[in-house]
Amino acid sequence: MTEMGRFRRLLAIAWRESRTARRRLLLYMSSISLGVSALVAIDSFTANVTKSVQEQSRALLGGDVVLRARAAYGPKTTRLLDSLERAGTGVSRVTTFASMGLVPRSGGTRLVQVRAVSAKYPFYGEITTEPAGLWQRMQTQGGRYTIVDPSVLVSLDARLGDTLMLGSARFVILAAIRSVPGDLGVSAAIGPRVFIPDTYLRETGLLIFGSRAEYEALLKMPPGLSPARFAGRFNIRFSTDTPRVNLRTVAENEMGLTQSIDQLGSFLGIVGLVALLLGGIGVASGVHAFVMRKIDTVAILRCLGATSGQVLVIYVLQAAAMGLVGAIAGAALGVGFQFALPWVLKDFLPVDVSVRLVPAAIGLGLGIGVWVALIFALRPLLSLRRISPLQTLRRESDADVMRRAQRDSAAIVVTFAIVASVFVIALARAGTVQRALYYSGAIGVAIGALWTTAALLAKVAKRVARPKWPFVFRQGVANLYRPGNQTRSVILALGFGVFLMSTLYQVQHNLLRQLDVKLEQARANVVFFDVQEDQERGLDSLIRGSGHTIVQEAAIVPMRISAINGKPVAALMAESDSAMRAARAAGESRPRRGAPGSTRGRSPWAVRREFRSTFRADPAPSEKVVAGKWFSPTDTTPQISVERDVASELGVGLGDTITWNVQGVQIRARVTSLREVMWARFEPNFFVVFNPGSLERAPKQFAILAHVPTSAEVAMLQRAVVRRYPNVSSLDLSLIQHTINNVLGKVTSAIRFMAIVSLAFGIPVLFSAVAATRRERLREGVLLKTLGATRHQVGRIMLAEYALLGALGSAAGVLLSVGGAWLLMKFVFTTSFSPAIAPVLLVAAVMTLLAIAIGLATGREVFRETPMAALREA
Amino acid sequence: MLSASDLTKEYQSGDHRLTVLRDVNFSIEQGEFVAIVGPSGSGKTTLLGLLAGLDTPTRGSVQLDGTDITALDEDARAKLRGAKVGFVFQSFQLIPTLTAIENVQVPLELRGENHAIERATDVLQRVGLGDRLDHFPTQLSGGEQQRVAIARAFANRPRILFADEPTGNLDSDTGNRIVELLESLNRESGSTVLLVTHDLVLARRARRIIRLSDGAVVSDQTTAEIGNGKSEMGRR
Repeated sequence: MTEMGRFRRLLAIAWRESRTARRRLLLYMSSISLGVSALVAIDSFTANVTKSVQEQSRALLGGDVVLRARAAYGPKTTRLLDSLERAGTGVSRVTTFASMGLVPRSGGTRLVQVRAVSAKYPFYGEITTEPAGLWQRMQTQGGRYTIVDPSVLVSLDARLGDTLMLGSARFVILAAIRSVPGDLGVSAAIGPRVFIPDTYLRETGLLIFGSRAEYEALLKMPPGLSPARFAGRFNIRFSTDTPRVNLRTVAENEMGLTQSIDQLGSFLGIVGLVALLLGGIGVASGVHAFVMRKIDTVAILRCLGATSGQVLVIYVLQAAAMGLVGAIAGAALGVGFQFALPWVLKDFLPVDVSVRLVPAAIGLGLGIGVWVALIFALRPLLSLRRISPLQTLRRESDADVMRRAQRDSAAIVVTFAIVASVFVIALARAGTVQRALYYSGAIGVAIGALWTTAALLAKVAKRVARPKWPFVFRQGVANLYRPGNQTRSVILALGFGVFLMSTLYQVQHNLLRQLDVKLEQARANVVFFDVQEDQERGLDSLIRGSGHTIVQEAAIVPMRISAINGKPVAALMAESDSAMRAARAAGESRPRRGAPGSTRGRSPWAVRREFRSTFRADPAPSEKVVAGKWFSPTDTTPQISVERDVASELGVGLGDTITWNVQGVQIRARVTSLREVMWARFEPNFFVVFNPGSLERAPKQFAILAHVPTSAEVAMLQRAVVRRYPNVSSLDLSLIQHTINNVLGKVTSAIRFMAIVSLAFGIPVLFSAVAATRRERLREGVLLKTLGATRHQVGRIMLAEYALLGALGSAAGVLLSVGGAWLLMKFVFTTSFSPAIAPVLLVAAVMTLLAIAIGLATGREVFRETPMAALREA
Repeated sequence: MLSASDLTKEYQSGDHRLTVLRDVNFSIEQGEFVAIVGPSGSGKTTLLGLLAGLDTPTRGSVQLDGTDITALDEDARAKLRGAKVGFVFQSFQLIPTLTAIENVQVPLELRGENHAIERATDVLQRVGLGDRLDHFPTQLSGGEQQRVAIARAFANRPRILFADEPTGNLDSDTGNRIVELLESLNRESGSTVLLVTHDLVLARRARRIIRLSDGAVVSDQTTAEIGNGKSEMGRR
């Protein structure tokens, strides 16, 4: 008979022999499903988003090349754009800025994002409106028309045909926007958009001194000129004329987007990997239980002439088949999640994602799932090779047989294969060897810590157990350390599950905490900005005249750095570029601080940006001096206090000097203190604060914070201000709070969704962990009943044991997650950490209850069986 | 066909060694029906385990059909068992998840034999279970289960069959029928049968009886010799 024929015979035996164990084995192997579903969902989703980005890349940008700047284009750029247009390149301009919108009919006012667009915008993609087809009309008819986000209509209590005032100009609302290619849904919530033809931009009178606006020129290449060649030819000419201009081609934009999606995918992939490993642990403990049930059958097979290899093949085939079914179930769920993800995340995605099945992702998920299930199952399955046929004649206890059977050098090979598999999967997910090492190291530490906790728990339980304790409790505690206990498997599975969920919550809490504006600490609830010098007194008396208090007035002076310690910006940047090149050559992403020639790791972003600084005599309540001294009233030379993080970005410390270009006037100021700023406080905060006197004569604008008791009064004040000073914008704190709550709500529900899914899939893992000692438990419970224990007493013993296991496993998982989240916050997100107490306690409590419920459910046969029947069965 | 030479088995028990079998010597010819008898704890089951290659001796050797099985590793012994040995146990040792016919098919399929189903059906019909092929062990009576075990043992046409207390879990009528079945299969197939029991009535059905006491052979006689009142030690 051929080898194939023999294999087919073994396959037949494996199939028949699995008959009664299929459901149980499937339950154990389904531990893997969560991991597989996560991988399939994440990979399919990433692939779909990437594909959609590629398909819609021109529409996302609106042109072949975009030129973006924070300041109006310089004269050379404007001339160059004009000549390009004459030579056949399509040019379309967009100017974006924030302003107050007022609908005179309803009296509604709101801060909106104005986009003044020139004809032909956009070159690619389509802006759709309700009623349909009106975008073209706004652009071609030449009237003062506007098309707005639907939320503008709602918040201004406006309807189509109403007049919308923007600054001094009036526009007729023609239609509402349905979709704009490339826009995040969430951005409309933060600043709802109002499109106007750019012919009327000047008429609004809104772009005056100190206004912040973004200027974009979309270019459509003439036939025969590629965006990349264009960029190569003109990039330098643009950037030498306009400060901080950014030229981006459609390919670069696409790459930037797909890279961010890949990064998101690889981060989520790590969550998938952890879920997969948790599943692996579940599989290992479940299969261990399965192996114990198979001791008799294997001994018979050995008597009948089965070699150790044949035995292993029979059970590996069974495990592989069930692993495949578990993985298929996971993949099917993953495909389901994949359909749900674009819907859950639609507000955060730049493209309309068309959901397609991604065979590669499904195949990869299945492959990894079956492999992980198999390799984790193999460890306990190996023991089957060492089960002696002598067990048919003289049956030892399960624990004795397993102890003898586990002495196998092949187990070392399998353990190594498990470690290698984890590393390879982590490498495939994380992308770099270093990160893969971090991730697998962290996972190893987590498992090691849980293992040690379990061992310690067993030891401590043995030491503290006292004969005078009540019988049931003593017995429950004794179960933690007696031979063949389940302390390790349960603590490991439970702790790892809690670790996964609790880390999710810790990260969520810490990331969202930064968005959380401290409302209750805010003394003001309305802020007016873009207030010009000649408007300040008028606005001040308007607010006070309405009976409201002004909490704070801050002058704002725009400026740029021209030199640090006398060295001009251009020279600093050249040094910084060469340091960056050297760092890249050495394989680092940025130069190390203090490295020779690194110019102390100055960030080009910080050196080139426009600073909006202020001056004041005393520190604000939201800031604290952490180094140096606040300005002395006697010293009137120019001094500055710099925010700690930006000082580090600029590479400056106490005593250094920065020369500022303030509207053409050079001011050289000495750093006399560093500050820590609570940015989340609703107050105007600044990177750089000058001492009074140094900036008083500089051209400036103001931000005014007021406290206005009711929202009706806020609306009334806003209307009054907008009518008198159309360029002054104002923001109602409750609106910000509403927006933030909206975003937080979306993120929170996504996390909650993930946690609930993890919890659901943790159930088979826990079942598997508990199953490992089910037979021993059954024997013992029945023996106790035979000796006169009531069902109630047996139940209470089990309750004591599982409550202890659950509570300690959860506590270990929570502690680990706090450590893990702290590391993530410190090194990956580089921010401070504060532990999230309430959700984590809830997770721990739920998992403890789950452990108790599963433990009692697994042991229910002890209650049901009569002592005699159960003894025979066991 | 089967011979034991100076077969000794010792176990480490705490600080001292426990000798379960001591210098056992005998040989059995092809087609013989031999009973090994002795009181509980005399080493019968240990001897069976060693003779069938389920365990390895501390000293001595076992020749099975010309092969020194004590020199083989566990897998080679398994192959030899699959090819030449059949087993019948006191507790039947059927695989609970398989039907009667599937249980009988297992050794044939492990050997990679063709026509396993036909052969299994045939032997089950010979033991009178032609109408119970698709029953699971739990659906069969004790006697029926033991007949399935016998069918399984003979399915491979073994050179030797080891039976460990085959009637121990059965009532006397059923036990008798099982022994008759073993006798007839022994006659028809020419397989050697080695029966281990503490039941002297059952042992008398064999043609030769080897008595064990405290791990040593104390007598080795044919039933005819026992009937004649002769006593002979250490027959080889």
